Amino acid sequence: MSKKIFSGPFLAFMLCGTIIPLGVIAYYGITDRSGAFTFENIKAITTGEHWEALMLALMLALISTVICLLIAFPLGLILKDSKLGKKGFMVFIFILPMWMNFLLRTMAWQVLLEKNGIINQVLGFIGLPSLHIINTPAAVVLGMVYDYLPFMILPIYNALIKIDKNVIEAAYDLGAGFRQVLQKVIIPLSVPGIVSGITMGFVPSLTTFAVSNILGGGKVNLIGNIIEHEFTTGSNWNLGAGLSLVMMIFIVISMALIEKFDRNGEGNII
Amino acid sequence: MKKVLKGIYLALIILFLYLPIFTLMVLSFNEGKTMNAWTGFSFRWYREMFSNRTIMEALGNTLTIAFWAAAAATVVGVMACIGLNAMKEKHRSFFMGLNNIPLLNADIVTGISLMLSFLLFGISLNYGTVLFAHITFCIPYVILSVMPKFRQLENHTFEAALDLGASPAYAFFKVVLPDIMPGIISGFLLSFTMSVDDFVITHFTRGAGINTLSTLVYSQVKVGIRPTLYALSTVIFAAVFVILILVNIISNKREEKRA
Amino acid sequence: MRQMALIELVDISKSFDGELVLDEFNLKIKENEFITLLGPSGCGKTTTLRILGGFETPDTGRVMFQGEDITDLAPNKRQINTVFQKYALFPNMNIAENIAFGLKISGKSKEYIKDKVKYALKLVNLSGYEKRSVDSLSGGQQQRIAIARAIVNEPRVLLLDEPLGALDLKLRQEMQYELIRLKNELGITFLYVTHDQEEALTMSDKVVVMNQGYIQQMGTPEEIYNEPENAFVADFIGDSNIIDGVMMEDRIVKICGCVFPCIDEGFGKKKPVDVVIRPEDIIIGKPGEGILDGVVTSNVFIGVHYEMCIEAGGFEWLAQNTVSYPVGQKVSIRVTPENIQIMNKPQSEDEEALALDE
Repeated sequence: MSKKIFSGPFLAFMLCGTIIPLGVIAYYGITDRSGAFTFENIKAITTGEHWEALMLALMLALISTVICLLIAFPLGLILKDSKLGKKGFMVFIFILPMWMNFLLRTMAWQVLLEKNGIINQVLGFIGLPSLHIINTPAAVVLGMVYDYLPFMILPIYNALIKIDKNVIEAAYDLGAGFRQVLQKVIIPLSVPGIVSGITMGFVPSLTTFAVSNILGGGKVNLIGNIIEHEFTTGSNWNLGAGLSLVMMIFIVISMALIEKFDRNGEGNII
Repeated sequence: MKKVLKGIYLALIILFLYLPIFTLMVLSFNEGKTMNAWTGFSFRWYREMFSNRTIMEALGNTLTIAFWAAAAATVVGVMACIGLNAMKEKHRSFFMGLNNIPLLNADIVTGISLMLSFLLFGISLNYGTVLFAHITFCIPYVILSVMPKFRQLENHTFEAALDLGASPAYAFFKVVLPDIMPGIISGFLLSFTMSVDDFVITHFTRGAGINTLSTLVYSQVKVGIRPTLYALSTVIFAAVFVILILVNIISNKREEKRA
Repeated sequence: MRQMALIELVDISKSFDGELVLDEFNLKIKENEFITLLGPSGCGKTTTLRILGGFETPDTGRVMFQGEDITDLAPNKRQINTVFQKYALFPNMNIAENIAFGLKISGKSKEYIKDKVKYALKLVNLSGYEKRSVDSLSGGQQQRIAIARAIVNEPRVLLLDEPLGALDLKLRQEMQYELIRLKNELGITFLYVTHDQEEALTMSDKVVVMNQGYIQQMGTPEEIYNEPENAFVADFIGDSNIIDGVMMEDRIVKICGCVFPCIDEGFGKKKPVDVVIRPEDIIIGKPGEGILDGVVTSNVFIGVHYEMCIEAGGFEWLAQNTVSYPVGQKVSIRVTPENIQIMNKPQSEDEEALALDE
């Protein structure tokens, strides 16, 4: 008897839990309520409301990913170079929030940003004008950055500490200044970490409906909100499935772009 | 100077990460229902939380689903690794590619596609469908944790055990299993966390009757924030903190022993 | 007139986590020398190199380069290049890009860079490897690229940190000759760090033997091998018999109760000393023919000669000879006077260090 048989349950789960459901969603996406073939659900993406939601989602996901990257990379560099004996503990501090339920974390920002919330109370107390970003895209971006920052920090830090210290010293030894070392050695060598950080934050941000619901107060409609709406209160499943298919295409495209970036950066490594 | 700037940078990020969490912690001890004024210290919301049946049920569901999903995914995942390793390179890499689909797919698509399939095949949404969904998305994590250990494994130890007269099953449990145990444990823990953390997939595959903490929080936040949730956040944060510290200490001790 | 030192290390001290690695270390390096720092791991040789390269700052003391203080100069501003122990090639660049790195930084023209890369590859016998990736090269080839990458910048000094440590024996020997050739062709100063005494003796103009942050002995390879100044050097360089002896008077030393003529003078009378005798200097003969009689207790053929242990006068002598004497055979041993090296016994570690500092 071959050992191959042990992979049976795995294949069964893959089939029933992944492949068939993907087929089903595709089926719903290209049929109407009566089961007849149609492209209407997919074409629906071009209507104003849907297209805007998709573009807004892409933009907010992009902005929040870039912000995460800009925060996480210098942080990774500082952590890598810090000679603190508690280096491991420092890293732990920065990724600990990862384990906290993300809905509760998002809720915390709602509490902070409320019109009469803590932040505005503090701002008022020190005589500064109050901040009105709750229920705006800015609050949603803030929430996305907050939720996915630890997922960016960890892979970047891991990539940075893997870089051979001698390689960096060799670059300095050959006359490079800090900027040149960063540009020509450190950043190219940390591309794999950057890529996995982006993947872990970008796709969930692009498809989220919870963050935009909690911090956008129903006023920020992302593609995720539209799809979720169709499956709950709207109950036009075919439309929801069609829009999901379109969203998947966008995910695949962005993954391919990231992958390309990865290869360009890493191409010389392999 | 440079050091000071670095310190300020670190401090700002720590503030950004922890200010929300600590705000919730402070508010959870606030007597009053409003979050704008401090009306006195009290354990009121903790008492309410622990006596709230919905919250306790959701907590129970979260933990049991996470445990069973992680356990089942671990068994299926380890078996899958054995099977996949016996396959030809070409087939194995094909199945490993399949294994990546649930990892890379957006949660919302996974959730919706599972929901549609359940309903299409006349399976009503309940605890079981959530569990099935969780097992499905946990398996890839187990395989990703265990497969590298299998590949590092000295193939000859298994053969050596057979050579010395052990049955294949005995050799597996006595020789192979201890070697891949770290991968199995991390796969289990990763699955458990992923399951506890999941909101989107649960949201679509649960029926009306059942809640996990995530779905409960979501529905309550939509209605209006309740101080019991602050208490819940505080308890969860404290639990996570203690567990992670313990895990760190244990793994450090293990490393010391090895060294 | 004395040739001015190109590099001078003055009273360098450095400690890590409270552990003193270099203690008031002084060293002068002349132009065009091939100097090797030799010593066991932890002796401070790599730290010395890193201080010269600018990767560590000494706690006290100065680094002088052509009479100028460069102690606090950043590594990228020094006319010194380093070949790292594990090569440290940039994995994200191909071979040509690796070699061109320093030239691009200093803003050289494209043609110049291209010619230089070609020249450097030829110099290390890897012509045509421009487009190859780092990973496709063997250890020895990577090592040569690391050297090429350093020398294209025409540094005044090349620092080499155990560059051959990761290579196998045969490759290491090949690379040793290659390095000597390069040094002669380029006319730059080499500062070489190794724990391999054979490497040090083969390549260097001058060897600096180090231990525990101090210089134990400095000299030509011949001086270091033939006239070790203390038991550490004698023990570290090659195999040797280090025996307790008593200097009876000038040119007479008593070992194992027997009197050996030697050529050393000025130790005083009845002074306890350490005596160093190289195994190849022990002359084996028939019983009664030599100074001491003994018995062969082991015999191993190690290629060119036989290595034997001879129990004589209560001491186990290590001897090498092209003639084999079987185990159990009674033999005699003697040593010609000029092959007996007499050293003062160190009273304590501190005193040893003090004596060596002078």
